[in-house]
Formats: sequence, C-alpha cells, structure tokens
Amino acid sequence: MPKGEMHRDRRSRNLALAGVLAALAVLFFLVTIVKMAGQG
Amino acid sequence: MSDVCGIETPSRPLHKAEAGPADYFALLKPRVMSLVVFTGLVGMVMAPGSMHPVLALTALLCIAIGAGASGAINMWYDADIDAEMARTRGRPIPQGRIAPGEALGFGATLAVASVAIMGLLINLAAAALLALTIAFYVFVYTIWLKRRTPQNIVIGGAAGAFPPMIGWAAASGEVSLVSIALFLIIFMWTPPHFWALSLYRADDYARVGVPMLPVVAGERETRRQILIYSVLLLPVTLVPLWLGAAGFAYGLVAALLGLLFIAGALRVWRAGATHRPARQLFGFSILYLFLIFATLLAEAGLGLAGMA
Repeated sequence: MPKGEMHRDRRSRNLALAGVLAALAVLFFLVTIVKMAGQG
Repeated sequence: MSDVCGIETPSRPLHKAEAGPADYFALLKPRVMSLVVFTGLVGMVMAPGSMHPVLALTALLCIAIGAGASGAINMWYDADIDAEMARTRGRPIPQGRIAPGEALGFGATLAVASVAIMGLLINLAAAALLALTIAFYVFVYTIWLKRRTPQNIVIGGAAGAFPPMIGWAAASGEVSLVSIALFLIIFMWTPPHFWALSLYRADDYARVGVPMLPVVAGERETRRQILIYSVLLLPVTLVPLWLGAAGFAYGLVAALLGLLFIAGALRVWRAGATHRPARQLFGFSILYLFLIFATLLAEAGLGLAGMA
C-alpha cells in the first residue's frame, strides 16, 4: 500500500473521530443545560 | 505503529491496511440499527410522560450505539463463518480491513459507553434493559445458541425485540404491559422473517455448520414453521389494541398486514423448488414491521390511540 494512501486513510479516520468527540461535547453541553433548567 | 502498517502477511488478507471511517461504521450493522432505532422511537413516543427532545435524542443515540456495539462484537466472534458466506463475505473483518481484536475492542468500548451514558443521563431502567439487550445478543445468541440449535433465532430474536421496551423505559422509567406487547410483536415476527431468508441461503448456512432450520429439519418443516408463526403473529399484533394503547386505524392496518403476511407464508408453503416466494416474504416482512410500528407511531403522535 502506498504511503500517501495510508496517510489519507488515517487522516480521514482521525477527522471522523474528532467529529464524533466534538459532537459528544456539544450533546453533553446541551443535556447539561436541559437538566439545569429542570426539564429532564 | 506506523512501521507495521502496509506490511502484507500471509495469515491476514490485507486488501487495505488502514481502515477508513466507513469500515468502522459497517461494523455497527447500520441496516439493523435503523430498524432498532425506529422501533425504539415508537416505544418512546407511546410511553406515558413527555421527554425533552435533547434527552430523547440522547436515548435514541444510546440505543443505536448499543445495538451497533453488539453488531461489532458479533462480527468479531463470527469472523470465521462470515468469511465463508456470500452474504457476509464483504464485511470489514473477512476483507482484512479491520483486525478481529480491534473490532472486539471497538464493540466493547461502545457497549460500555452506551450503557453508561444511558444510565447517567436518562435512567437506570433504560440502561439495564440496554445492557440486557447487548448481553443477550452477544452471549445468548451469538456465542451460545447460533451454532448449536435451530431454535437460535427464536430465542435470540428477543435481543432484537427489546428496543421498543428500552425506548419506553427511557421515557417513563418503567416496564409496562404495553411495552411487553411491543416486544412480543418483534419476537414473533423474527422467526418467519429469518427463516424466509434461510430458505434461500440454506447452502451457505450448511457449509459453515450453522444449524439453521432448513439445514437441520429440511425445507418442508421450515415452510410449516413459517406458516405457524405467521398465523400466531396476527393476534399478537392486536394485543396493543386490546390493552387500549392503539386505536381503530392500527387495528385495521395490523389485521390487513397480518393477513398479507399469512398469504405470503401460504405461498412459501405451497412453493415447490422455487425460492422466489421466500425472497418475497423476506422483503415483505421488513416492510411489514416498519408499517406496523409506523402506524403505532402515527396514532401516538396524533393522539388517536385508545379510541377504538
């Protein structure tokens, strides 16, 4: 497997993981707001 | 880690040494996940009490991730037979894109995370049911029953039937007769659904030694069992009506769809060597379950339930 291709695959995997972590951070923030507002 | 990447080893067919995000997503069995999320949503909407949309979304996400996690663990355990069967040969582990141990780690991590988040942010009843679902799919179905008995999917089907109960528990914090009725609908639907598939995939299952009903008891007995379960399924789908959790429209739709299901099973029963009716019944069974739950969802959403 060419090195460029390997790096590209790894990069897309890292970006996907960053996206998932960012989405989780947003979700936990929103849940905290909802819970603090006493709606949950 | 970078120095071992890209080295071809004869023991592991490396088509592609680095897996992309799509490979990990495939480990979660997204098509199964979509039906699981949908039936979970229906349980959530039908349950008494209201849920903040953000919390409802969180609960659905936990159900989806938990179901996906059990799919990934299943692919780790079944990698040997998946590689031999046409239907599953293209999965990431048999293709060599993801190592078996990596899939297990991925699945186990997501399983624990989904249950923990459900327990911390939603409630313990929903978390307990989610944990039970994952454990049932992994230990009871995949590891214990699948390769041992033709009743594998009858009992193992319970794992796929839990999601509406999880959704219901997420919204109300409890288990109720109605949520058990929703469980029973999927539980009774699973055997004819899977046996229709196994009729035209029997060669695959026989080759890898999975004792599916047509392999062990023959096609005739499988057709008979499909018909029996289809007939039993109809009254089971009417239980929510009887419990006052569904309305007239649902009763009508469930009865009509149930009769169509039985008609399809009769065609399978009468079919000779051809597998076309079995293929058609398999396709219809997916549409059937979707429509049954979509009708329950529509009624609950419009407030028509209990107006029979």
